[in-house]
Amino acid sequence: MPLLEIQNLHATVGDKEILKGINLVIKPGQVHAIMGPNGSGKSTLSYILAGRDGYDVTKGEVLFDGKDLLSMPADERACAGLFLGFQYPVEIPGVATMTFLKTALNAVRAYRGDDPLDAMQFLNYVRERAMVLNVTDDMLRRALNVGFSGGEKKRNEILQMAVLEPRLAVLDETDSGLDIDALKIVAEGVNAMRTPERGMLVITHYQRLLNYIEPDHVHVLAQGRILQSGGKELALELEKNGYGDITGAEAA
Amino acid sequence: MAATSETVEQVQTLADDGYKHGFVTDIEMETAPKGLSEDTVRFISAKKNEPEWLLEWRLTAYRHWLTMPEPTWSKVSFPPIDYQDSYYFAAPKSDKDKPKSLDEIDPKLLETYEKLGIPLLEQEMLAGVAVDAVFDSVSVATTYKKKLEEVGVIFGSISDAIQTHPELIRKYLGSVVPYGDNKHAALNSAVFTDGSFVYIPKGVRCPMELSTYFRINAENTGQFERTLIIADEGSYVSYLEGCTAPQRDENQLHAAVVELVTLDDAEIKYSTVQNWYPGDEEGRGGIYNFVTKRGLCQGRNSKIAWTQVETGSAITWKYPSCILKGDNSIGEFYSVAITNNMQQADTGTKMIHIGKNTRSTIVSKGISAGRADQSYRGLVKILAGAEGARNHTQCDSLLIGDQCGAHTVPYIECANPTASVEHEATTAKINDDQLFYCQQRGLNEEEAVSLIVNGFCKDVMKTLPMEFAVEAQKLIGISLEGSVG
Amino acid sequence: MSRNVTKLLPFVDEVQVSRPDDAPWTSALRQEGFNRYRESGLPTPRTEAWKYTNLRRLAGMNFAPNEAAPEGVAIPEDHLVKIDGFRAVVINGRFQANLSDLSGLPRGLRVEGLANMLRKSPALLEPLLGRIAIRDNRPLTALNAAHLDDGLCVFVEKGVVLDKPIHIVSIGAPCGDEAASFHPRLLVSLGAGSVATIVESHVGKGAYFSNGVAEFVVGADAVLNHYKVQEESDEAYHLADTTLRLEDRSTYDGFTFQSGGVLARNEIYACLDGENVDCRVNAAYLGAGKQHIDNTVFIDHVKPGSRSREVCKGVLDDQSRAVFQGKILVRKDAQKTDGFQLNKALLLSRGAEIDSKPELEIYADDVKCSHGATVGELDADALFYLRSRGIDTVAARNLLISAFVAEAVAEIQSETVRDAVSDMVQVKLEMRHEGRVNER
Repeated sequence: MPLLEIQNLHATVGDKEILKGINLVIKPGQVHAIMGPNGSGKSTLSYILAGRDGYDVTKGEVLFDGKDLLSMPADERACAGLFLGFQYPVEIPGVATMTFLKTALNAVRAYRGDDPLDAMQFLNYVRERAMVLNVTDDMLRRALNVGFSGGEKKRNEILQMAVLEPRLAVLDETDSGLDIDALKIVAEGVNAMRTPERGMLVITHYQRLLNYIEPDHVHVLAQGRILQSGGKELALELEKNGYGDITGAEAA
Repeated sequence: MAATSETVEQVQTLADDGYKHGFVTDIEMETAPKGLSEDTVRFISAKKNEPEWLLEWRLTAYRHWLTMPEPTWSKVSFPPIDYQDSYYFAAPKSDKDKPKSLDEIDPKLLETYEKLGIPLLEQEMLAGVAVDAVFDSVSVATTYKKKLEEVGVIFGSISDAIQTHPELIRKYLGSVVPYGDNKHAALNSAVFTDGSFVYIPKGVRCPMELSTYFRINAENTGQFERTLIIADEGSYVSYLEGCTAPQRDENQLHAAVVELVTLDDAEIKYSTVQNWYPGDEEGRGGIYNFVTKRGLCQGRNSKIAWTQVETGSAITWKYPSCILKGDNSIGEFYSVAITNNMQQADTGTKMIHIGKNTRSTIVSKGISAGRADQSYRGLVKILAGAEGARNHTQCDSLLIGDQCGAHTVPYIECANPTASVEHEATTAKINDDQLFYCQQRGLNEEEAVSLIVNGFCKDVMKTLPMEFAVEAQKLIGISLEGSVG
Repeated sequence: MSRNVTKLLPFVDEVQVSRPDDAPWTSALRQEGFNRYRESGLPTPRTEAWKYTNLRRLAGMNFAPNEAAPEGVAIPEDHLVKIDGFRAVVINGRFQANLSDLSGLPRGLRVEGLANMLRKSPALLEPLLGRIAIRDNRPLTALNAAHLDDGLCVFVEKGVVLDKPIHIVSIGAPCGDEAASFHPRLLVSLGAGSVATIVESHVGKGAYFSNGVAEFVVGADAVLNHYKVQEESDEAYHLADTTLRLEDRSTYDGFTFQSGGVLARNEIYACLDGENVDCRVNAAYLGAGKQHIDNTVFIDHVKPGSRSREVCKGVLDDQSRAVFQGKILVRKDAQKTDGFQLNKALLLSRGAEIDSKPELEIYADDVKCSHGATVGELDADALFYLRSRGIDTVAARNLLISAFVAEAVAEIQSETVRDAVSDMVQVKLEMRHEGRVNER
């Protein structure tokens, strides 16, 4: 059974139709990349998958593990194993990163029927994962994303993915705002999470990230539709020729 | 703080520069008897040949005024006003036979405008700005009337409109500022002599900026302007109001009322540059500027934006406000106020959010120098039904010298959980580092101060129409650059 | 017309201006308070300072005469801040030596009931009592003075550094079937260079009216931590006026948490009457039901070089209403003043209301003053972010609410008190949440 199945998805924001019939199937173990110019609907797709308010799905459906994803509230989707790495992680003053991670992990565990981790187990569990991503204890003590640099925020996103161990990770422009060293750390973190059971949907504007996270499939999203799909070589082609060839517009 | 004290001196030299626009024109007046009574009100109404209902309205306002105490909540002080020691009606003699063209206008009056630097004769050809010049309460010239008539815009004196469009006047006069609103508004309602009336019909975008220059001229004459602007559905107008006054020793009371109404999808942009005589450096003379300005965003998606640059008057008491009744309506208030010497200003705005998704923005920049006192006083009120209402307020004060005061008194009342209100205020002196940086790059201190102050005011100045921005910048220059002005 | 309205003048029948054991100045103090109060009556919303807080209901209530404190009142330990310290218990405004724990007071610290002090050492009180809270236009302070009788005094001698906090437990209780009204006075004097922490817990049961006045003198170079937790009964009226005189280089760290009472107003007047004073007046509050919670703070910078900081954050649920009035006055000589004020309110429910008036009045030019105020609901983006990590809506809301309040609690400088208050706020929030769930 596919992990994620998007069928003819149409969606609007206000009066404007952003997605005009998306079809996409992701099987366990696969990494899909969605590329596309600005304003093509990439972030809209990721928000709709995660269940953010303000988007109206006018047609189509999304099955996650065979279940109707769109009828689930945002937190249930997360518990069911859908993770969104935000392009712009939200700063939440007053909420310590550790408190946040613990609350989230125990919510997800409860959903799966696991007991909550005690303080010591939790600390070790997080530290182990934090170390790999070069997330310091100091960052964990600070309020969630407050005062974090762009790179720190993205590392924190990947740490959350590592902590929550989702079935499907949707990574929205995870490479934006990262220098090459930070990009490598983030990509390694993501690659370490690749398993035969887990799916990934990597959303990006540039091919650069895909040098480090090698996708099985690449799709071009433009004007609210997937205009072309192919293997990883499609990304290289796009890098060389721009989106113009595919979208029919002037090269960006 | 050597730098600061020098600045203070420079600011103070403003007085030596004198009041550029100070002179008195001697024109024979036809006046009502001195003092205020029901007879004065009847005299004014009769003089203007008004319908019965308007006289009754004036009289009701007058009777109400008698019962009202002087407002005391603002942070200004002045000796009690002797309302019986003023004239309430003064019209240039030549008003009797209204001029058909500029040729018929009293040459002395034209001379006055020239002294003020308003090239009235050239305006038709050059400015693209229609001017309804008010000289002591009665409109004497209106240009571009024809062009406006073509698109159906009514722009003229309110006295004319009372004769020609009584139904509009009756429907809207006092509908935004009722006569009982405050003591000054009640007085205005009783004795207003003239002012402007604008009606923009449905769907019309007014083809030019409308402009009125107010002047105060006769001795001991209070000025009671009444302005009413109605923007019908889907229309737009930008209205400019500017003023300057002759120099004299006695205080002059000015109690104007401005009412704006926008229907669905309409927008009014109202800009003011106020440079009335502020009194001398000891605080003698100067205008008392007690103005009630309020706009009603009655229709959905309508918008009212107030911009003001207040540099004149001995006392300014003024709170241009917006009642955001229509859903999605927008209110804006942008203000620069400069007080120097003994000037006092208590100014700000009220944003009353009634409709859903109403938005308001307040940007207030106050500069206080000399021994002046200035207050920002504002109210943001979100009623329980104002779902999703938004307000952002920024008010900053700059102090120049250690004898002046700057105060910020915002009231925030919120009764809707989906609303969002943000208020920020700062008070500081001119930044020494900025001053030094400018000087290190070759600006003299005076230029540096002017530059920094202009930067400080930029968020407001950029909202002024181009035609006005120049005049406004000049006024800030005069107010703060001293001898350079 | 306002002049036709009769003045609200309750609470004066029982005033007894001079009493048998009085020093002459004590009677004079009462007389002056009585005169002032009789002149003004209870404030109404026509008075600018009381624009948003209406005492009409209080004025219409009946109270038992202000006599002895009721017997057999239990100390509600669960509602007190959990700290280890000296304890002074005051019931209905009267100091209770037998319920207090003042054993082992160090040298240089004196904690005593006011009535006792007035009898025993009036000379010590004369230069201070009623000399600090002396401002005009304070009808309730005047009313308190008219009733001057008991309360508490704390004297810390010069240079004394206390390592244990002083916990003042103030309990309100009805007198039989009738509501009680009381007007306690707290006098705290810190000598030069001394260091002390004072915690006030205000709790109670049933209906009563507490009209407290507190006077603090913080001497040169002294440090006072002063934390107040107002958890009065939900039928109580709590009006409190705290006046601070802060001398050269002194430090005052103040925090008030309010979640009790049907109507509560905590008014603080801080006079920074010295150079280089550090003054922090912070607050948090939780409103629910039909509660009315008022925080009014006036910071008066008199001399140069001082800093003041004020962070007030509150959460309003149901039909509760909050008032925040904060004023920073910088007088002409107070150059180099640094004043900061932040007021944030979270409205959780339709029907909740906040009225906020942050005010700056500045007469010196070389200053840095700012204030900010925001009102809003929970941030939708933050809520979504939490939910996208699997945290359910209710838990996510609670997390954000406690984080919101935590920012104000974090201003408390004393670590032990901060932790205790933080725990208390947490418990309070959970209780309110559970109460809500049970209602459903």
